[in-house]
Amino acid sequence: MPDILLDVRNLKIGATVYPPGEAPQDIEIVHGVSFTLEKGKVLGLIGESGAGKSTIGLSSMAYGRGGVRITGGEVFVNGRDILRMRAAGLRALRGHEVTYVAQSAAAAFNPAKKIMDQVIETTLMHGLASRAEAEKRAVTLFKKLGLPNPETFGNRYPHQVSGGQLQRAMTAMALCPEPDLVVFDEPTTALDVTTQIDVLAAIKEAIHATGVAALYITHDLAVVAQVSDDIMVLRHGKTVEYGTVSQIIETPKEEYTQALVSVHAILHEEKKPAGEPLLKVENVTARYKGTKFDVLKNVSVELYPGQTLAVVGESGSGKSTLARAITGLLPPSKGRISFAGRELSAELKDRKREDLRELQMIYQMADVAMNPRHTVGTIIGRPLEFYFGLKGEAKRKRVQELLDEIEMGKGFIDRYPAELSGGQKQRVCIARALAAKPKLIICDEVTSALDPLVAAGILRLLLELQRIEGVAYLFITHDLATVKSIADSIAVMYQGAVQRYGGKTDVLTPPFDDYTDLLLSSVPEMKLGWLEHVLAHRRMESAGN
Amino acid sequence: MHPILKLVAQRVSLGLVLLLAASALIFIGVELLPGDVAQSILGQSATETSLRNLREELGLNEPALTRYFNWLFAALQGDLGTALTNGQSISKAVGERLGNTLFLAFWAAIISVPLAIILGLIAVRYRNRWPDKLISGITLSTISLPEFVAGYLLMYLLTVQFRVFSPISTIYAGMSLGEKLSAIALPVMVLVLVVLAHMMRMTRAAILNVMQSAYIETAELKGLRPFVIIARHAFPNAVAPVVNVVMLNLAYLVVGVVVVEVVFVYPGMGQYLVDHVTKRDLPVVQACGLIFAAVYIGLNIMADVISILANPRLRHPK
Repeated sequence: MPDILLDVRNLKIGATVYPPGEAPQDIEIVHGVSFTLEKGKVLGLIGESGAGKSTIGLSSMAYGRGGVRITGGEVFVNGRDILRMRAAGLRALRGHEVTYVAQSAAAAFNPAKKIMDQVIETTLMHGLASRAEAEKRAVTLFKKLGLPNPETFGNRYPHQVSGGQLQRAMTAMALCPEPDLVVFDEPTTALDVTTQIDVLAAIKEAIHATGVAALYITHDLAVVAQVSDDIMVLRHGKTVEYGTVSQIIETPKEEYTQALVSVHAILHEEKKPAGEPLLKVENVTARYKGTKFDVLKNVSVELYPGQTLAVVGESGSGKSTLARAITGLLPPSKGRISFAGRELSAELKDRKREDLRELQMIYQMADVAMNPRHTVGTIIGRPLEFYFGLKGEAKRKRVQELLDEIEMGKGFIDRYPAELSGGQKQRVCIARALAAKPKLIICDEVTSALDPLVAAGILRLLLELQRIEGVAYLFITHDLATVKSIADSIAVMYQGAVQRYGGKTDVLTPPFDDYTDLLLSSVPEMKLGWLEHVLAHRRMESAGN
Repeated sequence: MHPILKLVAQRVSLGLVLLLAASALIFIGVELLPGDVAQSILGQSATETSLRNLREELGLNEPALTRYFNWLFAALQGDLGTALTNGQSISKAVGERLGNTLFLAFWAAIISVPLAIILGLIAVRYRNRWPDKLISGITLSTISLPEFVAGYLLMYLLTVQFRVFSPISTIYAGMSLGEKLSAIALPVMVLVLVVLAHMMRMTRAAILNVMQSAYIETAELKGLRPFVIIARHAFPNAVAPVVNVVMLNLAYLVVGVVVVEVVFVYPGMGQYLVDHVTKRDLPVVQACGLIFAAVYIGLNIMADVISILANPRLRHPK
């Protein structure tokens, strides 16, 4: 009989929802989930948003976020049913036996307190060690997690270190009281790929070295495959499939799991440049007002009609700034931008209505890009009215045509954004951009906030619309898998400059420059042992240099 | 230079500019009032000649701008002019009165600020439960009660029913600290009741706002006690809005307590100002206006500076 640490039996979780204009309703969001976790093992919980994976993870601390309540079942930690515990018992459990690593460490650290004080807080409070001992433990963990200057790292405030470092510090915070179980809730999702791989390796190493058990929650199957022993696939609060890593990745039984495994398999033939370029960015340099630092350095790219140029890079590489320069929101200090054969004015206010119409934009957060008080019909109808003067029945008819085009059909025109799912909201934003009959749509991380399957649906739709309407896309993303699926040409950006630029096949074929190599090799692959392979490869290379 | 010093220096200089503007406004306001200082000193029966002589003597024939700068420079050197009604130095009278006002405000603040913050913390700890509702209920009813009503009620209770304090709060030089404190006990109580609700509500609201943050969840998942979470993790991040409201209330304690002073016959600034307004003693009104403006601006700058210092991003730049 193996040593069972966590035993979850028929867990049911409910929440109260407040639909607009209706009485509050109690709904069930997790419908009877069971699993066990042995000491020192890692279980991956995977699923799209709303699948209940975070909620299940937090139930191992008997915690319900917001209005969420555990309504049924049992959760045993070290043999005790924690759902029957009183507040004092739970306080002794949390932060001592079970600890938590949040998705956004940047938000999860208190901005007003030093990192060290926060890392050792639980260790001191639970009386597990003296201050000096706790600090020594923390420094050891900082060292183990590869943080710079481990001796003095703790003296800094959260805003003084980077996101990746903070995520590692949060892992140190979780490991400091020497818990039996750590709940990792999407610990690398908010990070750039090149940072993600380091944090992932650090977490895996720390789990291995301390022998702690872990629940690893993520929506990225490729990531969880690198760290887990077992995987549980969740959907709509139910278990879809539960098995060992190799079984799930190599021989998934359920259709949904198979879809997750093959999510990136969109095929798109690269189109060669043809005719006159639609958009020509020449030697553009730009900086933000009041700063002394160029965020774009001598950037030149071209985009041909009906094609897709993908701009990839990490956060801070200047890819969104390039979009701001093209749309006129940030006039460049040097260089020129021409569009459809004419030069665009640098300033937005000097541009003609025709320029505005032909150059549309879709944003990452569909939520905040729409007025929550407008119906879908009003949102999509606005550009029809503004650019084409459509009114009344004619406008409504055209809105419905656009809705059909984005595969939403009837019954959506009078709904409000709050009544749509994340994918549907993004579709409405696409329809709004299409309504202006643009020649170019700038897509700024449009799939980053979506679940993989939903994102794949959006990408397919964009490709289909490109085929029908002949619209060109400037596709800004940090996700290289997306780039591989839809781009015709690629510009890799690093620190404000274009590092590598050309047709998709050329850019993705070796020999690479150092940065592109790092970026490409950091994208998690759905393969067992990928992480070790990459790290070993990198160590060999650095030893060779 | 440390960026924070620069920020603080900016705030302070901005405050000085603001004070200058306020002094100009006060001067213009008084200038626009109908009537004539010479006339009001000498009365209706004064002859043309005596009026002309007095105007000459008081420098009233000079252009307004010259008089403004004369007044300003004198004020900067501590000379606020002479009162028309009794010919005494305003600076001397104000000095005494201001001391009394600050004495009263100090003790009211020493009690009300910590009390308001602690009550705010307790209200957050038991939010929407009976202690929260009780605290909100009591503080809101005391702020809704006019100051003089609260004053007379307390006076009735504590001087007539139970003879604990004296109904007259007059203090004078030569009293011991104990005697003074006993004398001002009633007005201090009334002032505490008046300013408590505002500060308590702001503390509660500011902390509740912070309680939505992800790092509060982190603290809960660390198994910390609720009160520790509120006091150690939430409050330090809610200092800025709380300090602003505290300072506004402190300013009120200095400049807005006329009614309480009158009710308890306390020799403070408010009474002094009101007395001289009724007598149309414009130099005194002008001087009091300047002092009140300085108190307001000074306390608000202090609030700004404390808010800046409370922000770790400014205190410890990257």
